[in-house]
Amino acid sequence: MLKNMHSNRTVQLTLGFLMGVCFGFLLQKGGVTHYEVIMGQLTLKDWTVVKVMLSAVLTGMIGIYLLRIPGLVRLHKKSGSFGSTVIGGLIFGVGFALLGYCPGTVAGAVGQGALDALLGGVAGMLLGTGIYSILYDRLEKRILHLGEFGKITLPELLNAKPWPVILRVSTVIAVFLLVLEVAGG
Amino acid sequence: MPTCFQFVKQMVMNRPALYLFLTLLCLVVPAIVENSWAVDVDVSTVQAADVSIFEMKRWSPYAAGFGIGVLSWLVFLLSDNTLGASGAYAKTAGMIERFFKGRQVEERAYYRENPPEIGWGWMLLAGVVIGSFLSAWISGDFRSVMVPELWEQRIGSSAFLRWLTAFSGGILLGIGSRWADGCTSGHGISGTLQLVVSSWVAAICFFIGGVLTALIIF
Repeated sequence: MLKNMHSNRTVQLTLGFLMGVCFGFLLQKGGVTHYEVIMGQLTLKDWTVVKVMLSAVLTGMIGIYLLRIPGLVRLHKKSGSFGSTVIGGLIFGVGFALLGYCPGTVAGAVGQGALDALLGGVAGMLLGTGIYSILYDRLEKRILHLGEFGKITLPELLNAKPWPVILRVSTVIAVFLLVLEVAGG
Repeated sequence: MPTCFQFVKQMVMNRPALYLFLTLLCLVVPAIVENSWAVDVDVSTVQAADVSIFEMKRWSPYAAGFGIGVLSWLVFLLSDNTLGASGAYAKTAGMIERFFKGRQVEERAYYRENPPEIGWGWMLLAGVVIGSFLSAWISGDFRSVMVPELWEQRIGSSAFLRWLTAFSGGILLGIGSRWADGCTSGHGISGTLQLVVSSWVAAICFFIGGVLTALIIF
């Protein structure tokens, strides 16, 4: 039944939209569609963004790995490399701080009326991704595959079973969030 | 009359995304123009006790994060996909370029691998705009602002300077998100929750770049 659902285009486009509505709703309620909240995080004064992200990761990780046991879901791993992930990530970071939103939250910010997000952010992102489509050929040949680390997960890297890794990552996240609360971040 | 109805139905069936986008515009544009309503909905502070969770301006970040985590289960289960926002911008950019330059744009290697068309991720991003709008509208948090308060305090009230910075930031964000093959949601949430190595590296780099830049400009 799930397989049929996955291959039905109309169902998927509708689901994508509905899930997007939920995602946007949650981002806005979490406060992360506000410029002040994002910049608060990047200047390390307000840790809301990290709190939202880490609690999503904690919840998502446990659920996804549980759903994987009976084979209800499969992982969608992305490969990475120094040339792609690190360099691209740092460029992303600079843009993140200049704009004050990220690609998901800038759409959320548009929804709550932020004109800098619409006229500056979204317009810039469209131009930026367009520029990237032109650069892609050359980057692919010279930079993107430098220092590949492959399409692997942390348990695969450590040559361990998933659950002990999940337990340790969960503990680190929980302790980190607890420390943040105690420190009043 | 029936033919007219049929015509509308056919148009909507053929191009659902286009009409969705138009509906979105019809919702957001009048709201921006009529921004004064943000003030009169602000009764939430007065009757804090009677306010439903939907009318609250903010939830605990943990509640929002938990919700996003649960949403990611549904995304994997029902759509065999991941929550990710940035790919949709590249598709839109491709569609816009194709509109002006024609089909030859699709010959570009990037678009051959990532065809510029409406897909699941594009609908997700359209949904994010609507979802955030609904949340902000219900809670009275909707405000059309060009220069954010914090920016005004620190840098000044020039709308042009804010636009220029946001636009430059947007360009770098567009390039960087495609370069790293994901953004704060695709790598930062969906990838890290699967414990994917490249996603943890990406998320850390996003924040290193972001924090260093933010500390320089503020």
